[in-house]
Amino acid sequence: MAEITPLRSPAETGLAKLFEATKMRYPTGVSIAREEAFRYFEAVGLPTRRVEAFKYTDLSSAFRDAAHPAEVPSAELAAAVVAGAQGFAGIEAVRLTFVNGHLIADQSDLGRIPAGVTVTPLTQALSEGHALLDQLTPVRQASENPIYQLNTAFLADGALIAVKAGAKVETPLHLRFIATVSEAFSTATRALVVLGEGAEVTVLESHEGPDGVAYQPNDALDVTVADNAAFRHVRLNAEGREAVALSTLSAKLGAQASIETVNLVVGAVLSRHQVYLNFAGADAKAIVNGASMLNGSQLADTTFLADHAATGGVSRELFKTVVDGAATGVFQGKIIVQQAAQQTDGKMMSACLILSDDGQMMNKPELEIFADDVACGHGATCGALDDDLLFYLMARGLPKAQAESLLVQAFLGEAVEAVSHEAAREALVAEIERWLAARG
Amino acid sequence: MIEIKNLVVQIEDNRILNGLSLTVNDGEVAAIMGPNGSGKSTLSYVIAGKEDYEVLDGEILLDGENILEMSPDERAAAGVFLAFQYPLEIPGVGTMTFLKATLNAQRKARGEGELSTPDFIRKVNAAADKLEINKDMLKRALNVGFSGGEKKRMEILQMALLEPKFCVLDETDSGLDIDALRIVSEGVNALRAQGRSFLVITHYQRLLNHIVPDTVHVMSQGRIVKSGGKELALELEASGYAEYRTEAA
Repeated sequence: MAEITPLRSPAETGLAKLFEATKMRYPTGVSIAREEAFRYFEAVGLPTRRVEAFKYTDLSSAFRDAAHPAEVPSAELAAAVVAGAQGFAGIEAVRLTFVNGHLIADQSDLGRIPAGVTVTPLTQALSEGHALLDQLTPVRQASENPIYQLNTAFLADGALIAVKAGAKVETPLHLRFIATVSEAFSTATRALVVLGEGAEVTVLESHEGPDGVAYQPNDALDVTVADNAAFRHVRLNAEGREAVALSTLSAKLGAQASIETVNLVVGAVLSRHQVYLNFAGADAKAIVNGASMLNGSQLADTTFLADHAATGGVSRELFKTVVDGAATGVFQGKIIVQQAAQQTDGKMMSACLILSDDGQMMNKPELEIFADDVACGHGATCGALDDDLLFYLMARGLPKAQAESLLVQAFLGEAVEAVSHEAAREALVAEIERWLAARG
Repeated sequence: MIEIKNLVVQIEDNRILNGLSLTVNDGEVAAIMGPNGSGKSTLSYVIAGKEDYEVLDGEILLDGENILEMSPDERAAAGVFLAFQYPLEIPGVGTMTFLKATLNAQRKARGEGELSTPDFIRKVNAAADKLEINKDMLKRALNVGFSGGEKKRMEILQMALLEPKFCVLDETDSGLDIDALRIVSEGVNALRAQGRSFLVITHYQRLLNHIVPDTVHVMSQGRIVKSGGKELALELEASGYAEYRTEAA
């Protein structure tokens, strides 16, 4: 019988070669099933538009080539780029710095980790077989996703962060990802944050890199939030203009646990940020917001899944997209309420402001409800700036560009307001102002 | 001084203003009264520069300069102020942020320096006190969740801060209870000054008991059909607009 060989794109073939060539260089262990992850990816391939979950974001054509995994940068190069890093730069924080996807100990604050927190470089955790590694991949659905599985297959570095039960960590931890170099490369990082019962921590995550280089970051953040613990997360995508940036946040929430995560997108020619939430314990709460500012030929995809498995879960999602030029915004959101998850209260909203004739927005909200006593809703809006509001502002003396900026800022501001950490919120507002100022 | 000369305006092929002429001198308070649909609100929008209207003929001169050539923000900087009949709610834009942005934009357009934050706050607080606007309102998003009366008081607050030369009040009395009407009117009266003129647009004579005009003009079918002193408002209150409707038709 003839063997059936699936057709592969050059990028898929390239990835398979790279995987075989590089897998032995990476640390491995029982908890990280690289081989299975890659076999999964190989079976599904880079998704085309025919795959429902990637209908609006064609990864197959975004990845023409498989870029080589980035090497560990020299100490000099790392020091030079860190000096110019901008993401959340002014904020008092304990920083873990990644340059080209590799943790740079010299440029990190490993020596002043706050009380109640332990940080283990992922490479070390993997070679030691760290006990907490079995908490990786906290949400089942993530392992049915080719982006996440590629991350697992090529995982090169990251960090394991444990927050002791009851520890209320004041100083935020800053995961700072900086890309540098002049040729295309790929990175795959994973951070795992494990919060013990009643623990509280804020994690800032920033991504930045050079314009004009088609590098391919794939970053994942796995989080387990034990009962009564609170995880706060502020993410800034300021990747270079040609980057193809993939990211996944998966979090599992215990009883009365909470998560607050806000993602601001300004960079990358194509980005896809995936959020998977599992409401495992009763009365867990989630705020998941996003603000994207797009122009040129940018495409930013936010794909969200909330899986309510326990009673009384509350989730609020607000995604704001501003589209200028010939950019495209994509929002796919799904709330699943399992039969046991009575009294779930979920509200998901995606709103888009289109500033140009060629901009577009794709919205796909879904609810899948198996319980009968729930309050769930979703909404999606799309529109231009309100002429009457513009006139009102101009009639008070604001020039048109300033009036538009004020309205755009107000529109996006609603999504950013949810950030509890004041300095981080202000940093996001400053990003919005910077984008608007550049728009002129 | 504002001179409106033979203004002809249409919107989507509908002629609204038919050769309207009107002069308001410095320091003068002119009232325009007229039935529904006579073009009063259109006049206010055309003065402020709303885009939807097509000006076919005529000019509007502010101190001799034709403002029809200017964008709305340029008109504002030149001293035109429209108090809206329905002030808009602007979610997400803090009232103080808005006030500061407008004040500084106008100062910048006139080549003046920006106001320092303490000076700005002092100025706003003083004006707010006079209009019985409490500090909580100033902390909220502009007009969001404000009552009708609060929104109108906020319009007058803006007028007081921006110190325009020519103020158009478009049915500022609509939606006001007696107390709010008094507060708003006192706010306007306090701004009456030698170099500042007002055009007060209203359906009812009631407002003119509080803001006593120097001249009253009757508008019908897009033109001024009769002008007189303040007693004309009382006549209209007694006789209604019927006479002017037929006369113009």
